[in-house]
Amino acid sequence: MSLEFSADAQKKIAALCERYTVSGTKQPVVMAALHLAQKEFGHLSDDALRLVASTLGLPYAHVYGVATFYTMYRREPAGTTTIRMCTNISCMLRDGYDVLAAFEKQLGIKKGESTSNKKFHLVEEECIAACANAPCAVVGTKYYLDITPDQVGKIIAELEREPHPESEVV
Amino acid sequence: MPAPIGTKVVTSRFGNEEAKTLAGYEKTGGYQTLRKALAMRPEDVLNEVKASNLRGRGGAGFATGVKWGFVPKDATKVHLVCNADESEPGTCKDRELIYWDPHLLIEGMIISAHALKAVHNYIYIRGEMMREYAVLVKAVEEAYARGYLGKNVLGSGIEVHLTVHRGAGAYICGEETALLNSLEGRRGQPRLKPPFPAVKGLFGNPTIVNNVETLMNVPPIIDKGGAWFAGLGTGRSGGTRTLCVSGHVNKPGVYELPMDITFTQIINDVCGGVWKGRKVKAVIPGGVSMPPLAADELDVMCEFDALQTDERIKPVMVRPGQQFDLGGGRVLRTMAGSGGIVVLDEATDIPKATWRIMKFFAHESCGQCTPCREGTGWLEKVSRRVAEGNGKPEDVDLLASIAHGIAGNTICALGDAAAWPMLGFLTKFRADFEAAIKRRAA
Repeated sequence: MSLEFSADAQKKIAALCERYTVSGTKQPVVMAALHLAQKEFGHLSDDALRLVASTLGLPYAHVYGVATFYTMYRREPAGTTTIRMCTNISCMLRDGYDVLAAFEKQLGIKKGESTSNKKFHLVEEECIAACANAPCAVVGTKYYLDITPDQVGKIIAELEREPHPESEVV
Repeated sequence: MPAPIGTKVVTSRFGNEEAKTLAGYEKTGGYQTLRKALAMRPEDVLNEVKASNLRGRGGAGFATGVKWGFVPKDATKVHLVCNADESEPGTCKDRELIYWDPHLLIEGMIISAHALKAVHNYIYIRGEMMREYAVLVKAVEEAYARGYLGKNVLGSGIEVHLTVHRGAGAYICGEETALLNSLEGRRGQPRLKPPFPAVKGLFGNPTIVNNVETLMNVPPIIDKGGAWFAGLGTGRSGGTRTLCVSGHVNKPGVYELPMDITFTQIINDVCGGVWKGRKVKAVIPGGVSMPPLAADELDVMCEFDALQTDERIKPVMVRPGQQFDLGGGRVLRTMAGSGGIVVLDEATDIPKATWRIMKFFAHESCGQCTPCREGTGWLEKVSRRVAEGNGKPEDVDLLASIAHGIAGNTICALGDAAAWPMLGFLTKFRADFEAAIKRRAA
């Protein structure tokens, strides 16, 4: 099955190609193109990588290499709203692991998994640069700060009403 | 006299929602310094920055003006890249700085680009910072629309472009050569240095990579003068520092503080003391890559040179009786790093905290160099079994030996960043590791 970028995505890619001043290659746009592909197709299947490769005139192997290096690109389908819960040092010192466990319990999944209704995806994240408000989580453009385990139910309910898919800024 | 507590150079617009917009920023004097800078010769801007004693706020503390001076004089194509990939655990200042004052960063970049004669410039922002990415993209659009960016900045004949490049999750991209590879659309793996980016960087052109806070200090320097800025600081370090305090204090936060403030003052006077009425056990002085300070080492200044040379800080050891050698017999005490101060109280399980730090580095090693790729994994495994009470008596020396084998043997500093805190925690809290191992024997 071959995929196509939407007209909007094609326009964005074309505009970005003008912003990198290196002649003869569109390679610097690959990260943005992968973000766009993930937004449009939900995850980066082999076909999505082929589309990025052909759009930018790059070898498939190069695009595959980039897509598998960075943790925010996903090769498999996953829940729409990704909860990135930090457990790094500052969060750990203020019981971040208990909050992560509360998310797992509330969603009925383990970290790295998605809920069966494909609404949520839970990630144990490395430091998200909100350490002064540990424990903290980032969900798209929304930060949850100074979280206690008993607030997790409320957070999930809020995200049910107002999802923050990561594609909102792409 | 260094600046008193309360002096604000880069955080003056924190909490001011209106200042995030171009109109609000202009209302507080924004972009006036750009007009002044455009009337100056590039070398005069550079000289002001040199005179300011501004040092890089991303981690290394290198003199910004000196770095800019490394760009070859005959260079025809130069780039300025802002490193906004803040990911060092314990560090949360750049994200706040971008969120509250995006136009100060943009103004700083335009002035710096003028000094460097750099036309095509980039902000590399961390993939997870989606809110701040949106803030920056909007601010850059506003600046273009108003003529601060573009082919002819404010009619001066100077061309400056700025593009926001979003990462996708990789701590290593905060390392400047990995960042450049990522910006070129490659895997974010560091390059061998030399050549340094100032000579051969982005697309093979001379490139200056500066931290967010570093660049945000440039407009105030050009506005009030390098001598003013140098006078705010102490010794060879000009200005203030934006410090992020997290962990076991009553009032964690992002605070702009004087360069000569001590850790004791930060904890007690600024952050309301250690929580729950407890005492300090250890302090990570500048992100988890930096060796920790023990409770009796907190009267030192949180300043670049002091943290490397103050003799009240015990040197990091490979094992009792053998100092870690940074090269040429130089001892390693600690470094100011990224400004991420993490306070650990007396109840902290040090082996467990150390394991969490090693888990991070094992996860983030890019895999390019064997000592780091394998070594960080071994550090994680061995420190985990010690923390879980399954350690063996020889594990303390094993951890030191692995760390020593990584340090200095890799392309970039990520290997050192894992090895230094490992050795630092073993040096200062050896008894805690031994006790965790004895728990198993008992």
